[in-house]
Amino acid sequence: MGFLDRMSTVVQAKMNKIMDKIEDPRETLDLSYEKQLQLLQNVKRGVAEVTTSKKRLELQKAKLQMSLDKLDGQAKEALQAGREDLARRALESKAALQAQSATLDQQIADLNDQQQKLIAAESRLATKVESFRTKKETIKAQYSAADAQVKITESVTGISEEMADVGMAVQRAEEKTENMKARSAALDELLEAGTLTDYSGSDDLDRELAKAKASSSVNDMLAKMKEEMKK
Amino acid sequence: MIIRILGEGQFRLDDSLLDRVNKIDNQIVNHVSQGNKVEYAKDLANLISTVKELAEPLDPVEIMPSDIIIPPSDMSFEEARKVFCGEGLIKG
Repeated sequence: MGFLDRMSTVVQAKMNKIMDKIEDPRETLDLSYEKQLQLLQNVKRGVAEVTTSKKRLELQKAKLQMSLDKLDGQAKEALQAGREDLARRALESKAALQAQSATLDQQIADLNDQQQKLIAAESRLATKVESFRTKKETIKAQYSAADAQVKITESVTGISEEMADVGMAVQRAEEKTENMKARSAALDELLEAGTLTDYSGSDDLDRELAKAKASSSVNDMLAKMKEEMKK
Repeated sequence: MIIRILGEGQFRLDDSLLDRVNKIDNQIVNHVSQGNKVEYAKDLANLISTVKELAEPLDPVEIMPSDIIIPPSDMSFEEARKVFCGEGLIKG
């Protein structure tokens, strides 16, 4: 059995769930329509969730960028004060943060992809639901009981497949945002708890740098005084 | 022939092009059974881009079932293996 046949089986199982417990054909149309409207609401919620998660990661990314800039500045100041060891420490921290930053970029790109796909799915589904609504009224009004049954089966099967597809897409998006939420919360915790602030905020580095700057200015002043006394 | 790419909607493909789709499908079966993750990802991407290139998107107004269903582009190797084991793409 091919891979695609198996995919059809997976989708068919989902469709059966969507279509089950419906016996009266005319009721089928209305029930299916109600479910479609519910699903549309779900997709909208899904889009909102993905959008929120993306914004959250973008904020985190901005915070990380600030830390990176700060470390860069510290490395420069350390070099100016003649403390290559401190500059090296700042740059080591910067490299560690850069790795985090690259991961965040990837996650933001992934979420963006999800967001675009869900927005497109929402629009396709909305069009189909509207088309189904018109069709269901036509079927009810124009077809004899026997013909109606065939038409109903056709359109309900078609729309159920769309619903199975969109339902799975929303579920996948939700799983992804859940995973990212967990990881992003972990990163937040690290930033808060100071594991990363030790790198980036680096009170320690700040203190040492201040000392180095002070001592280099003391050296400057001493040199100046010595010069003056020679005169 | 109507093809659905999960997450991306339906497409209309000329029946004569089915062989090309089937050929990639068979390759994917081999990759999954042999545990070849890299080739699996390559051929899944290849399958999706081939369909998009050869097929016309179906007008969303039309409501009809598909003849072929293609997995979403971000389906991982592990998920693909579950599909083969009959566990389905998503639980429940």
